[in-house]
Amino acid sequence: MRIKWVECAALSVMAALSVMTGGGSWFLALALGVTLLKCLLIPTYHSTDFEVHRNWLAITHSLPISQWYYEATSEWTLDYPPFFAWFEYALSHVAKYFDQEMLNVHNLNYSSSRTLLFQRFSVIFTDALFVYAVHECCKCVDGKKACKELTEKPKFILSVLLLWNFGLLIVDHIHFQYNGFLFGLMLLSIARLFQKRHMEGAFLFAVLLHFKHIYLYVAPAYGIYLLRSYCFTANKPDGSIRWNSFSFVRLISLGLTVFLVSALSLGPFLALNQLPQVFSRLFPFKRGLCHAYWAPNFWAVYNALDKVLSVIGLQLKLLDPKKIPKASMTSGLVQQFQHTVLPSVTPLVTLICTLIAILPSIFCLWFKPQGPRGFLRCLILCALSSFMFGWHVHEKAILLAILPMSLLSVGKAGDASIFLILSTTGHYSLFPLLFTAPGKKNLFLIGWKLSTSLAWALWKSSVNLYSLSPPGS
Amino acid sequence: MEKWYLMTAVVLLGLTVRWTVSLNSYSGAGKPPMFGDYEAQRHWQEITFNLPIKQWYFNSSDNNLQYWGLDYPPLTAYHSLLCAYVAQFINPDWIALHSSRGYESQAHKLFMRATVLIADLLIYIPAVVLHCCCLKEISTKKKIANALCILLYPGLILIDYGHFQIMYNSVSLGLALWGVLGVSCDWDLLGSLAFCLAVNYKQMELYHSLPFFCFLLGKCFKKGLKGKGFVLFVKLAGTVVASFTLCWLPFFTERAQALQVLRRLFPVDRGLFEDKVANIWCSVSVFLKIKDILPHHVQIIVSFCLTLLSLLPACVKLTLQPSPKGFRFTLVSCALSFFLFSFQVHEKSILLVSLPVCLVLSEIPFMSTWFLLVSTFSMLPLLLKDDLLMPSVVTTMAFFIACATSFSIFEKTSEEELRLKSFSVSVRKHLPRFTFLPRIIQHLFIISVITMVLLTLMTVTLDPPQKLPDLFSVLDSWLINSVTSLRKSGRGDPRQREEAPFTR
Repeated sequence: MRIKWVECAALSVMAALSVMTGGGSWFLALALGVTLLKCLLIPTYHSTDFEVHRNWLAITHSLPISQWYYEATSEWTLDYPPFFAWFEYALSHVAKYFDQEMLNVHNLNYSSSRTLLFQRFSVIFTDALFVYAVHECCKCVDGKKACKELTEKPKFILSVLLLWNFGLLIVDHIHFQYNGFLFGLMLLSIARLFQKRHMEGAFLFAVLLHFKHIYLYVAPAYGIYLLRSYCFTANKPDGSIRWNSFSFVRLISLGLTVFLVSALSLGPFLALNQLPQVFSRLFPFKRGLCHAYWAPNFWAVYNALDKVLSVIGLQLKLLDPKKIPKASMTSGLVQQFQHTVLPSVTPLVTLICTLIAILPSIFCLWFKPQGPRGFLRCLILCALSSFMFGWHVHEKAILLAILPMSLLSVGKAGDASIFLILSTTGHYSLFPLLFTAPGKKNLFLIGWKLSTSLAWALWKSSVNLYSLSPPGS
Repeated sequence: MEKWYLMTAVVLLGLTVRWTVSLNSYSGAGKPPMFGDYEAQRHWQEITFNLPIKQWYFNSSDNNLQYWGLDYPPLTAYHSLLCAYVAQFINPDWIALHSSRGYESQAHKLFMRATVLIADLLIYIPAVVLHCCCLKEISTKKKIANALCILLYPGLILIDYGHFQIMYNSVSLGLALWGVLGVSCDWDLLGSLAFCLAVNYKQMELYHSLPFFCFLLGKCFKKGLKGKGFVLFVKLAGTVVASFTLCWLPFFTERAQALQVLRRLFPVDRGLFEDKVANIWCSVSVFLKIKDILPHHVQIIVSFCLTLLSLLPACVKLTLQPSPKGFRFTLVSCALSFFLFSFQVHEKSILLVSLPVCLVLSEIPFMSTWFLLVSTFSMLPLLLKDDLLMPSVVTTMAFFIACATSFSIFEKTSEEELRLKSFSVSVRKHLPRFTFLPRIIQHLFIISVITMVLLTLMTVTLDPPQKLPDLFSVLDSWLINSVTSLRKSGRGDPRQREEAPFTR
């Protein structure tokens, strides 16, 4: 009965909200609509990430802090920064009203219907932050061009692209993760930077880093932008740097913010002398160059090339079969391997490649800052470069590039075209996440076509709209 | 049409919602020995594939009519045969005679759900899209919004994809819709052919037959009985006869065959109503046990007379003044009369009323939305039996949001918008102060929504008191009755309705 009460309560709240949308607020209608779709996705396939999060609920609830990063009963050990662990801890206090059993560390692979309901609802609920962030982003989008047609308003287009982002739907609500509110934090920090509230933006990003360290991919963009455009308070007329406008106060305040957030997060573990253990959990370099399902990045091509060359080499008798390691990269396991023909790749190599790739955009951001828009461009390029050359990249990391790109795409027609290609291919690359669920393939295909056609639709309208605007805007 | 990509997005959204609803459980899942409608469908594929046509409707050792005997017209049987051929290709175990009884597997569920989706995609959805594109005097944006609302109508989605009343309601309703489209656009022969196919798919489509007949008859009269009108009449009669013959051909060889099929289609032995259905008989029987008072044949006569009386005015008006708009409203009126007063009405028959109401959604959005919400709610007991609380509530809310934002229904509740002008004018002759009808209607709407929510909550969370085990279902049907009766009166006596769209 308890489940039904919760369901009824949640649905009553939404019903009340839906009555309010009778007033015609399209944003609320969009947000509610996608929330309802998320509710319909509750009984779909979920991946092992479901068990991962259940395990983390159990660990944070049942064990003291000193055990959090040492616990290894389950293979899914805690490998997110401390703030996420505290988040799971907070969730676990609600979870105990749903099903006490899920909080038992030894209940591996426990997935009663109540557990499922709780976990799914928790993702849907925390997406509220994402909705708020989208609302803030819409404020930053230029709505001065008079459009009578709702579907051609940049704000509407952006809301649809972000709220109904298909990749986020399948990663969060089918495959099961908590990316919604994390991306909400990121979009909120971007929005704050657009609104010239730099301290808030920096604070939000620091918090975000301590929730999920994958956002380190875009940290250079933040760092350079804040240093260049916030710490140096003014530019010379030609746009280049004015060294004497450097504000130490601002630099110190930024540093202090980051330091305080880090202290709050890592402080307890520093006190327990557990920092090395925490870092080894956070950055598991033993995991291998590619994830079990290859993210479509440069190293995937590299591996494929290596495989092709080794096959050719074997055929042409240039290679000795006995010297080739038995295990291969394509077996779908997560381990470290050596390449056979091409030189092996170490984490350092990937770091260097990534740094080389992001250097041009960083230089642009430093020497020719173009305000928040330039920062956003740099952020996207950092995310894409890290995706391309990073070590052990997940396919889901493409969302890090797609979501901020949505913000750019409603600004210029050229960006919209790039966005169309990026989102279509990026979302398509998420296909393997649903691969193991036969019936859900249909769902994916339909949803993918939906998102593509939506994106195309909005691209077309934005092209129409912006072809009328003067060039260089 | 311009903005075809938005229409595509709407269709894809409809498909997404349908597929996500289908991920839930179906009627009779895991409940031997009889299981549910899902098993009935699978069984019909088994029967039609393995047995010769002559045995489909007869009781025999191979075909036990007590276990989900075929009780729909031949076209359903042919469709099942088609699906059976596909099933045979994929996995013969699904339709093996006798041994496949109660077969349940993930792959089979996927197959069955896919057949519904494909049937929907091929027949119902194109009809809806075409209907919305052909709507006159409204902007493209409104047409697309209309399509969105119709495609999101929860009743059909939940019954076809959730409960798995895979009698493919979308096929029969889609065919009927093609019929309406054809007849409204002056493709009378094609329209009547489509409608005949619909009737041959499910006999319940007969609810819609009278308006079709009256409309086409009216058209013949208009063209003149001694000229084009007569020719049209003959052509239509020919089309109807030909389509029926074509469908029933295998059963015309012997008289016994045809009679047996008819006996299966119209089980008059059953009684005035079964279960708890939201029509007059069930509601009245709470106070007055009609089933016990009146003998069987009198029940049939009484229900026949009441049905006829309630639909006669609308049909007469349609024959005298045929117009596509009048046709749609008459469809609503007749279907509603049948639903309220007819014999052996099933809960799912409300879908036959909902389809015409969807067609008039653009003209009276407020009342239509209200009715469609209530119609979905009326099927709640059925859906709760299959654990479909979450999908039903979610789809209902989605539908409500779609309608509310597309049509701004709360702003359009003036008397004129509600088409109650003539009614309120005539009342004002006797009661000069009767100006607050719109506000009454708005309050009633809110009250009914709150009641529906409360009843849902109560049905789900509380157990009914022992003396009144069906308390909630009965309360549901009262509520629905009151709303549908209000709607009928709102449709108004056609003689009073002002039909002058072109003089505005």
